[in-house]
Amino acid sequence: MSAARSEKSSVLSHALKDALIAAIVAFGLFILLLGFLIDDMRGPGQLIGRPVLLASVVGMVFVGRFLISLLYYNAPALRYWLGAIWAAISAFARQYKWQLLALMFAAAACWAFYSPRDWPLILIIIAAVFIGVRFGFSAALLVVAILFPVTFYNNPYYLGIAIIILTYVMLGWGLNIVVGLAGLLDLGYVAFYAVGAYSYAIIAQTYGWSFWVCLPLAGVFAAFFGILLGFPVLRLRGDYLAIVTLAFGEIVRIVLLNWVSFTNGPNGIGSIPRATFFGIPFNATDEGFAARFGLEFDPTHRTVFLFYVILALALLTNWVTIRLRKLPVGRAWEALREDEIAVRSLGINPTNTKLTAFAIGAMFGGFAGAFFATRQGFISPDSFTFPESALILAIVVLGGMGSQIGVAVAATVMTASFELFREFEQFRLVIFGFAMVGIMVWRPRGLVSTRDPTVFLKERKTISANHVAEGRG
Amino acid sequence: MTSEPILILNELTMRFGGLLAIDNLSFRAKRGDITALIGPNGAGKTTVFNCITGFYQPTSGSIHITHDDGEKFALEKLPDFKIAHRVHVARTFQNIRLFPGMTALENLMVAQHNTLMRASGFTIFGLFGLPIYRRAEREAIELARHWLAKTQLTDRADDPAGSLPYGAQRRLEIARAMCTRPVLLCLDEPAAGLNPRESDELNVLLRAIKSETKTSILLIEHDMNVVMEISDHVVVLDHGKKISEGTPEFIRNDQKVIAAYLGVEEDAVEAAVRA
Repeated sequence: MSAARSEKSSVLSHALKDALIAAIVAFGLFILLLGFLIDDMRGPGQLIGRPVLLASVVGMVFVGRFLISLLYYNAPALRYWLGAIWAAISAFARQYKWQLLALMFAAAACWAFYSPRDWPLILIIIAAVFIGVRFGFSAALLVVAILFPVTFYNNPYYLGIAIIILTYVMLGWGLNIVVGLAGLLDLGYVAFYAVGAYSYAIIAQTYGWSFWVCLPLAGVFAAFFGILLGFPVLRLRGDYLAIVTLAFGEIVRIVLLNWVSFTNGPNGIGSIPRATFFGIPFNATDEGFAARFGLEFDPTHRTVFLFYVILALALLTNWVTIRLRKLPVGRAWEALREDEIAVRSLGINPTNTKLTAFAIGAMFGGFAGAFFATRQGFISPDSFTFPESALILAIVVLGGMGSQIGVAVAATVMTASFELFREFEQFRLVIFGFAMVGIMVWRPRGLVSTRDPTVFLKERKTISANHVAEGRG
Repeated sequence: MTSEPILILNELTMRFGGLLAIDNLSFRAKRGDITALIGPNGAGKTTVFNCITGFYQPTSGSIHITHDDGEKFALEKLPDFKIAHRVHVARTFQNIRLFPGMTALENLMVAQHNTLMRASGFTIFGLFGLPIYRRAEREAIELARHWLAKTQLTDRADDPAGSLPYGAQRRLEIARAMCTRPVLLCLDEPAAGLNPRESDELNVLLRAIKSETKTSILLIEHDMNVVMEISDHVVVLDHGKKISEGTPEFIRNDQKVIAAYLGVEEDAVEAAVRA
């Protein structure tokens, strides 16, 4: 009894001490940032103290830290209860699965009855829930993606965001091959995106070839650059590899910026041919898509078409990656991430293995770049800066290296939240930073950190992240 | 089938800067034999292995492997992965090097990379799931199943290699090496860290490899139980030099070997070497 009491008081005093330290640090940080204001209106260098603001911020830090350490770190009981409640809810949901679904269906029917205009939204929700319960989360996500333009046909803003999200999903999946599977840290992935975009822009403008001819060419050029980057970095590992790939990204951007005769330098390339529906342009003329198919002209047609193009490209990336993982080349990538010396001892050529990873990852980056160019109609080196690379890498790392679904979710959350918080201006980067720190604290190996075996004898068991290497190359 | 030795080392020397790790070493390993390489710590045994498997390039000297059909390979100029791929020399490591995040079965599938790569038409056929690749993959799984059974790992086939107990990891590494269908298997201290029962099982496994496959074995081992029980021929190294070689019985009673292992006065060793 007394032991329990003393333990309780030690938890309390520990939390108080913790909160006090945090408050002191906050005071030190904010005393100059918030505590004083230089007010030039009252005369040069006039300082105004703002003790109330400072005290309230420090107080918030104190209380927040106190609660966190009291509830989270020092009370396993709380975690136990949270876990128990969650388990109870999920057990209940599993037991009364069909009743709950029926209830949901009824609710949806009421909703549809009272506001018939919302039926596409209701449709997508019902479809997602049913497919999700029956076939799992990935299938639900796929259904939402396929039905998205149906639901949000009248909302070009959402469609635009969805296209951006899918572009990043594709880029994330492409980089996942290099970083997640082969374990090669690549900080210059945007270079391949740029190569793809410029290849498409220049070929389409010079030769007037259609998107579907230029797309594979853009992929081939990007893959070629992937191999070009691969060769000098074969011997490098870890930090050194990261630095060289980062430099490669910058080299490509600076060449694009300065080779004015070829790339038009900082002015970029404009009026890039827009994607056509297999030769039929999306315009209001008699030859246009709408007239040919007997529809009224609507600029959304093009957006919806672009949406399905990038969805198909992203799914292609996903399909190829899933297939490759089960082929010798994919297994060699993962083995390379786990232990390069053992890979050599088994007669696998590490050079070829790394180069194929770079080339295939770059190829998908190039496809995404070509799509970007045809969607924007204008590209300039400004679109291919280092923060883009960092964002794509962050998507892969937060999603969980090597996990397809994790990367898709991370890309959606990151890109969508970037748009959602647009009104907070510079604060959105702060929010972004907090989210990243949060995920790294609670899920250091990303959202989905487990690994699925590529082949099994009796049963497929998921492999916990503790065993999976992150790759030092 | 030729009667040539599988492995011939001729005047092999390996120098790291001022350190002479291997000094003019010559020996042969007979086809189908288990040849043991023993010696005190730092004698240069693992360096010999690294030279044979191409992880080091020897300073001078030559290493030859002769296949059953009489085809000869000079290993001293080949890079490591080509030695494993073309010459079919497989190895294990002193500190186990499995792919810990991949299952035991996947580890054995990676070992059959080159066969599967050819069958998958360098990925093209495999991407579209053509029957030629599917058949090759089934055969690869069969071979893996065979070696999993031999190493008593069938029950752990779908567990990540990193989660296996130490002894099982040692056996899995041998199974993985055997899945490359080697002509020469180089085992670097396979019994290190095994308990007596496990090291007896290892003896059984190595004997089975010797009798059931055409693989010759080169073995580094400190566990004299294993060495004396299973090897046909023993080569003793000390300070990079060969100080003795012969049958296990001969080595057991050789004064020079005893001197090198137990450590005697410098002049006693000199005397023994001269004798």
